[in-house]
Amino acid sequence: MSSQRQILVCCGTGCLANNSYEVYLKFKDLISNKEIQIKPIIKPTGCNGLCEKGPVVKILPDNISYFKVKAEDVEEIIEETIVKGKIIDRLLYFDTNTKNKITDHKNATFYKNQHKIAIRNIGEIDPSKIEDYIERDGYAALKKVLFTMKPEEVLEQVDKSNLRGRGGGGFPTGLKWKTCAKYNHYPKYVICNGDEGDPGAFMDRSIMEGDPNTVIEGMIICAYAIGANQGYLYIRDEYELARKNMQIAINSAREYGYLGKNILGRGLNFDLEIVRGGGAFVCGESSALMASIQGKVGEPRAKYIRSVERGLWDQPTILNNVETWANIPPIISYGPDWFKEIGIKNNFGTKVFSLVGKVKNTGLVEVPMGSSLRSLVFEIGGGVIKDKKFKAVQTGGPSGGCIPKEHLDISLDFDSLNEIGSMMGSGGVIVMDENTCMVEVARYYMEFLSEESCGKCTTCREGIKLMLDILTNITKGNGKEEDLDLLLGICDTVEKGSLCGLGQTAPNPVRTTIKFFRDEYLEHINNHKCPAGVCKNLTSYQINSEACIGCGICKKKCPVDAITGENKKLHVIHQDICITCGECYENCPTNAIEIGGGIFES
Amino acid sequence: MTEVIALETKTEMSIQNTKKILEKYPKDKRYTLAILQDIQRNYDYIPKEAIWEVSNYIESPLSEVYTIATFYKALSLKPKGKYVIKVCNGTACHIRGSDKVLDAIKSSLNIQPGETSEDGLFSIEIVNCVGACALAPVMVINDKYYGNMTKDKVHQVLDEIRRSQNE
Ligand SMILES: Cc1cc2nc3c(=O)[nH]c(=O)nc-3n(C[C@H](O)[C@H](O)[C@H](O)COP(=O)(O)O)c2cc1C
Ligand code: FES
Repeated sequence: MSSQRQILVCCGTGCLANNSYEVYLKFKDLISNKEIQIKPIIKPTGCNGLCEKGPVVKILPDNISYFKVKAEDVEEIIEETIVKGKIIDRLLYFDTNTKNKITDHKNATFYKNQHKIAIRNIGEIDPSKIEDYIERDGYAALKKVLFTMKPEEVLEQVDKSNLRGRGGGGFPTGLKWKTCAKYNHYPKYVICNGDEGDPGAFMDRSIMEGDPNTVIEGMIICAYAIGANQGYLYIRDEYELARKNMQIAINSAREYGYLGKNILGRGLNFDLEIVRGGGAFVCGESSALMASIQGKVGEPRAKYIRSVERGLWDQPTILNNVETWANIPPIISYGPDWFKEIGIKNNFGTKVFSLVGKVKNTGLVEVPMGSSLRSLVFEIGGGVIKDKKFKAVQTGGPSGGCIPKEHLDISLDFDSLNEIGSMMGSGGVIVMDENTCMVEVARYYMEFLSEESCGKCTTCREGIKLMLDILTNITKGNGKEEDLDLLLGICDTVEKGSLCGLGQTAPNPVRTTIKFFRDEYLEHINNHKCPAGVCKNLTSYQINSEACIGCGICKKKCPVDAITGENKKLHVIHQDICITCGECYENCPTNAIEIGGGIFES
Repeated sequence: MTEVIALETKTEMSIQNTKKILEKYPKDKRYTLAILQDIQRNYDYIPKEAIWEVSNYIESPLSEVYTIATFYKALSLKPKGKYVIKVCNGTACHIRGSDKVLDAIKSSLNIQPGETSEDGLFSIEIVNCVGACALAPVMVINDKYYGNMTKDKVHQVLDEIRRSQNE
């Protein structure tokens, strides 16, 4: 380690949205014009995880982390911290759990409980510099493989690690590779699934943007193990920065002789090409993705013959998710036994989750499999925003389900999540509070899926649409009790009659919300009330006369002047004017606004 | 009359540009999506003539190219505004009030999602997750991300763009 100071400025998408690039440029500019004996190195890095508190700036080796840094703060950081070694209190991280200010972010509850494998380098390196990756043992696994292992040994190691695919299904990676290796039908292909379609999940993006080389290294190792010469990275249309950083990494890897002909002089030929996705959710599904690479529309096919035998252009193909690839180099370097010490039986290793929704610390976290949902939401996540009541967590994207508070102690692993009717999916964890309506959430997912269904299977195309109509009716106040059984019946049909995972898992959001939140459905249907205050037709607001202090904030916030009242006296909402926008409810300092049922002119 | 001429020159221009894009790719069906995406980036939509040309170039039936052009959401057959506002309605954004962000944009611009304002400046699109979920609700305008959006912030951003146009 050089003793030279480093200033790491987070330039992941989240921080970029908060102008971190300006912060980076300002550091560069000021440092280059300043007389400092040993000039610090300034590096843009990938996402640090805690996007909520970005832009994040880390100073090494001092281990000082600053949060919410603005371009205006840069001069002060240089003058105080870099020159005088003083810490700027104002920019430190405030730990909501311990109520302390923390100098080194690694001591914060958010980071302390994490265990990083897949995202081990992100935030620590400049993703556009392959040298940074190499300095942190990058491409060591590849060298080990090429110089000391036979392909069968590589297959054996991956298989022994029991690594399961991180793209959603949790299929054993080693088994997939071994099966593919058996076919003597060349050429073979290796594909990285970077289509990341689950709304609410962004770990694949973060890895591709923040540590592209680990994905490349994983893919080369697989190519060696199964005998492939060409690979593709299918990257989502929206992920411009991921494609850019990945292309830079591919070019550098070629220069270093890790990609191309006769890799490291060991006779392996392998190269990579980026394919830009077209913006269709279903293209994340393996067979649709391969069709898309071939220049066809992305429709899934029936999998009588699996893609390990006949995939891309009908040739044996290995497709793995971005995070799966990122796990390969450490598994090879440290061995399967090391890997199996992390996590729980049948679910070894870690999983990256994107913790989002109504939770205080939103961002990316990597924890051992088998961690409890409660620790994720309440320790790492710091609990629900504004300390409102926790209602549910949605995992697995549109294929997943909603987990209620009674099951907060559930272990986060593939099997436990399946058992409860949800799914791991890509690892989105969306926290919902008392103001999230579970009927509306189910409706939301059906809308999403009806738009994204490719339309090939009738049950998926029509069934989802039908569920959407019924759910929309309920949210509007036109539901009937029989609708619930009807919905469950359609769920069975859609599950059984659809070809790919999209249709097969589409019922999950509907089933789990009916199972765990039946009362909320019935409130909508029988009492015309949306307890969360989301469904506008089924919501009204009243002011509780005991809690109101007459501060007048609601009156000021109301966009349609529906509230009257004198200073320090009880205020009143006029229902004939009120448009139930909820502004008063959100802004009342004493929580005096109460949610009532819909008001119908009978 | 001037309008007609303007339209014609635009079409001519498009024929030349599409040719240039096509030349970059081998004559292979595999590149249909990539070619169409380049065309989309060039014109902000897929002009009708371009579909013909792509079909001729890669020797694929017109219907197939058209199917691809309509299947993928990244491609659009309608011209879009100079500033394309993408409002994220992914789950994280949805439950953190993306509808309010959308309402604010709609009322400020007087157009619906999928439409373009009369001056050709703005269009609104609803998208599912742009991968910045930690900052929900999010909107993206021509690749610039705006996080933790509120009604007030929407008006601020739109006003800034309008002002920059008048300068
Ligand atoms: C509708 C649908 C969408 C999917 N989207 C993705 C995706 O965005 N990313 C991904 O890695 N896997 C996705 N999958 C799962 C893939 O089909 C495939 O199982 C996975 O990429 C295999 O990689 P793994 O074994 O490393 O998990 C999707 C599946 C379905 C049915
Ligand atoms: S849900 Fe809006 S950015 Fe992901």
